[in-house]
Amino acid sequence: MEFHYHIEGGDFSRAGSASSEVKKILKQLNVDPRVIKRVVVALYEAEVNVVAHAHEGNMTVTLDPGSIEAVVEDKGPGIADIDLAMQEGYSTASPRVREMGFGAGMGLPNIKKNCDRLDIKSVVNAGTTVKMTTFFTG
Amino acid sequence: MEEFYHALKVSPKACTGCTHCMVACPTSAIRVRQGLATIDAAACVDCGMCLKTCQRRAIFVEQDDFNRIFHFNHRVVLLPSVVLGQFAGEVSEEQIFAELIAMGFTRVVETDRSVDILAGAMREYMRTRPHLRPFISSFCPAVVRLIQVRFPSMIDHVIPLKQALDLSAIHARRQLEEEGVPGDQIGVFYVTPCAAKIAAIKSPVGEERSPVDGVINMDFIYNKVKMGLTRKDKTPLPRDAGRGYLSPEAIAWTLSEGEASSFEGRCLAIDEIHNVIDILEKLENDELQDIDFVELRACDHSCAGGALSTNNRFLVIERLRSRSKASAGRPPEEDEIGKHAGFLREQVLLPGKITPRSIEKLDEDTLVAMEKMQKIQRIMSIIPRVDCGACGAPSCKALARDVVQGKAKLSQCTFMQKVLVQEGLITPDEAIEIAENTWGKNRFNHHK
Repeated sequence: MEFHYHIEGGDFSRAGSASSEVKKILKQLNVDPRVIKRVVVALYEAEVNVVAHAHEGNMTVTLDPGSIEAVVEDKGPGIADIDLAMQEGYSTASPRVREMGFGAGMGLPNIKKNCDRLDIKSVVNAGTTVKMTTFFTG
Repeated sequence: MEEFYHALKVSPKACTGCTHCMVACPTSAIRVRQGLATIDAAACVDCGMCLKTCQRRAIFVEQDDFNRIFHFNHRVVLLPSVVLGQFAGEVSEEQIFAELIAMGFTRVVETDRSVDILAGAMREYMRTRPHLRPFISSFCPAVVRLIQVRFPSMIDHVIPLKQALDLSAIHARRQLEEEGVPGDQIGVFYVTPCAAKIAAIKSPVGEERSPVDGVINMDFIYNKVKMGLTRKDKTPLPRDAGRGYLSPEAIAWTLSEGEASSFEGRCLAIDEIHNVIDILEKLENDELQDIDFVELRACDHSCAGGALSTNNRFLVIERLRSRSKASAGRPPEEDEIGKHAGFLREQVLLPGKITPRSIEKLDEDTLVAMEKMQKIQRIMSIIPRVDCGACGAPSCKALARDVVQGKAKLSQCTFMQKVLVQEGLITPDEAIEIAENTWGKNRFNHHK
């Protein structure tokens, strides 16, 4: 089963709406609440990353009975050094974004913590693709 | 699954199946069947939105027969502060208390007298379990039930303590027993501002049975007191009708900010059920950080806006606030309940668990749930998505869900009926029959 969500860059007022929708779906599928929490936290961070850094993006969620895979693909500046971006506290967010309470440099580390598999591909000045997989049973 | 008691009932005589309540229900618990609103016991959280929305007063709160108080020799009435707020300033507390005695109670106990003990216990609970932040108050039974059915992942954050109502009931009973009254001669009755408190007493969450013996609706008591006041204007008032000292915090406890203003750290006070749902969504998504405590109340302006409140909620708040101010101007008095503080603190923790009972899941088995979800998606692609409610469900999505759960037929959708008739799959008479199942027999008679 597949679900698609569009994410608008710069629209912080809507940030989190896609992850909230996914949460509702997972609740209906009777997924363990602790797993849902991890998935939603990871998706929320990925969604905010697009809003804060990119022009626009799409989230594609693929569900099968044992796992959820979410691919968040954006058009934007890309990440020059992924290893550096994975470090806690590292952020390239603009002062404007930080003023809104985002951009603490916890996005990618938080995603890594909250999914079972993480794959990040990025091309500078083109965009970033974040693929997250989480299994429903430990 | 065990049955849940709900105090909200539909009067078949008054209900016309108008759908207002169905649309207003925050847990989609209502469907129209045979021309009547029907409430799903598993989904209802007793918030009272349906009652407040009903324009025909067809939804009411079932209460215990008042005369049941006379089964007991000692009749304690537990009075929440909002009851006093129902009356205009010229009716004194003494007059209200005297009327309660005149109508048959032998002792008046203010529910909120145990608030200071409860607040202390809550503080202690939070101090010793910092890993469970953000803490969610269990004050409002409708909110606790909402969390059980819609936000089960947040249950661990709920502070599992008894409420002032329980503690004051336990204390009142204990006090009488110490005076030598046998336990079976004591009846403790609570005057409720809402349906949720009744449900909490009749089928308590996290404890076997409530220390309260019966519940009486606040609007009923209001009428009885008013009636009494008109009858014997000049009768002298017994000075000591059971009034004790209440701290300013205790008086304001049931109002919005009542709890939130009593604790350290970052505390939020949220009232009205849709606001509560919104904040629970955010908390569940971890979108809010560094919150220590959230006070969540299902009614707009908390208990002042309870479904059984007769007075304007802002006037209720005004009276309680001025009482609270008056109390703040006086030195605190040693209250009799202080003697039992240790005893009450010992049993403040709920003995049982607050259990999750999700209404969201389509099936226990994720694989089956996925199949059902795919069916829902297919149905959604052919039904109109106008949420007209004519099928007897609050939204097209709710109908689709009901269909895959075997609780409704797709032909209940009026759009689908027209298509089916046009394609010759059902006759016009059959279409009427389907509609009658939703809207009631003979509903179409005078049109034929």
